Amino acid sequence: MQVHPMKTDISESYALTTRKLALAYDQVTIIEELDLAIPTGKITALVGPNGCGKSTLLKGLGRLIKPRNGVVYLDGNAIAHQSTKAIARQLGLLPQSPVAPEGLTVKELVAQGRYPYQTWLQQWSKTDELAVDQALTTTEMTELSDRPLDTLSGGQRQRAWIAMTLAQETDILLLDEPTTFLDLAHQIEVLDLLYDLNQSEQRTIVMVLHDLNQACRYADNLIALQDGCVYAQGLPNEVMTETMVRDVFGINSRIINDPVSGTPMCIPIGRKTI
Amino acid sequence: MSTWLVIRSAQVPVSFRLNRRVPSLLMILGILILAMMIASIGYGEYPIPPLDVVKTLLGLETSNADYAFIVNTLRFPRVLVALLVGMALAIAGTITQGILRNPLAAPGIIGINAGAALAAVTLIIVFPNVPISLLPLAAFAGGFTIFTLIYLSAWNGGSSPIRLVLIGIGFSLMTAAITNILTTFGNINSVSQALVWLAGSVYGRSWDEVNALLPWLFVFVPIVLIMARDLNVLNLGDEIARGVGTALEWRRGILLVSSVALAGASVATAGTIGFVGFIAPHIARRLVGPSHEGLLLTSALTGGLLVITADLIGRSLFAPIELPCGLITSAIGAPYFLYLMIQQRKY
Repeated sequence: MQVHPMKTDISESYALTTRKLALAYDQVTIIEELDLAIPTGKITALVGPNGCGKSTLLKGLGRLIKPRNGVVYLDGNAIAHQSTKAIARQLGLLPQSPVAPEGLTVKELVAQGRYPYQTWLQQWSKTDELAVDQALTTTEMTELSDRPLDTLSGGQRQRAWIAMTLAQETDILLLDEPTTFLDLAHQIEVLDLLYDLNQSEQRTIVMVLHDLNQACRYADNLIALQDGCVYAQGLPNEVMTETMVRDVFGINSRIINDPVSGTPMCIPIGRKTI
Repeated sequence: MSTWLVIRSAQVPVSFRLNRRVPSLLMILGILILAMMIASIGYGEYPIPPLDVVKTLLGLETSNADYAFIVNTLRFPRVLVALLVGMALAIAGTITQGILRNPLAAPGIIGINAGAALAAVTLIIVFPNVPISLLPLAAFAGGFTIFTLIYLSAWNGGSSPIRLVLIGIGFSLMTAAITNILTTFGNINSVSQALVWLAGSVYGRSWDEVNALLPWLFVFVPIVLIMARDLNVLNLGDEIARGVGTALEWRRGILLVSSVALAGASVATAGTIGFVGFIAPHIARRLVGPSHEGLLLTSALTGGLLVITADLIGRSLFAPIELPCGLITSAIGAPYFLYLMIQQRKY
């Protein structure tokens, strides 16, 4: 196994790193030669226009897509050299708008998160039960645990899916647009939950977000992607500039301070300004 | 309090969980199956009282010496074949519906059964001297070929469920057409043998058929039961399944091969008994929910009960004329299929 030259250095502060990573679907290359480092214990938000490769990158980090080239390192070790079950105990991921089978209860769904810890003789250990109860408590889903998923509101359903990834007890969580299709209150509810998880348990969170202002408010580390390349990465204050918004999203804007959190806030300028 | 029944040992690392309703439901289904088997064995041109059926099956003396021959040689293997075929079809259907995440994707609907039938008919008509024990193997190969074709042309990383079903129905019709050509131009003796069998019936099935079918169930049912947890996560979609650490391609491959094997073996034994692999998992899901630990067995027993009952109805409805049980299951299954298609229009 090839050892990364900066391995010691990286494993101290970066949960996930990529080196010359290339990701592609069939013949279409989405990401080419990407070097990236995701800081441990921080919330990282991936932003960028549709088709810039945010979701693809997230899938690549979560070994859902095999790299065409290059390597993804999980805590300094190449992800391709580890068993998928071992990775599932370190890294949990939630795809965009997942669908559960009809009639599946919240608790049954959350229990699926224990898959990487189970064997065919040991299918429901005390540890499994405690982890599931804990995940339900954290997401405030205990009271709804016997309800089928299809009877819940969008926000509750999303919390159930997050609970499933929490039951996996991983240090790293990757989430693809966890707030899509949710109304404003539920968007904030989900983001607050993720923020709490990061604060109380120092989990590393990487998420794709569409709303720039929410990304600036919740992320410690903002990554702006453009055509499969990192345009800028760093603190929201540094990354979120009028130039970045123009170059990456192709729209003029004003950046002001969010009156609530003090983080940058993007006011897009369209043709209708009056 | 909890909807789960947990079995856990403090000494050894062994633990399981099931929907609380599963054990009692399995018991009820088991009792219903036994009752229906006894009724079915007792029914016929030569009726036998239930008590004598039980006595004969247990090897006890009865008032009539003919009972032993009628029960053990003629009627019991037939009912046993009905039970086993129903179980195999139901498990096969539970697997494909679970993996393809599509309530319509039963082996009979997406063409696996038709492929198996074509291969078996080819064997009967073109190679009439081949022993009956090879039929399941041929059926398996046929079903597997059709499944591969459907998979390659329709599935494509999870395209729309309706698309898969439509392409499956297309393959199913094409395969049935080729089967028709074979039965039209084949040698008359082997064709009549093939036709009896194609009708989807357990008529005249003997211990030979039971013995040819049993090994397939002994091998594949345990494999599937062990992989119930894998079916659960596959049912949440590829990305979630991979995310929680399933070796996706392997697990899916083994499960699909098991499904085709079970469907193929039952088609080889009793022809194409329609819609059992489609309805049985539906009924079972209503009873115990979508978790496969309990669903697989519940579905299997439901399937067995369905075929035994359909066979009894087919024999008694217009007696002494016998309707093949496949006709009865289709008469129930087809309208339900239409109903689900209409309900699913949102896709």
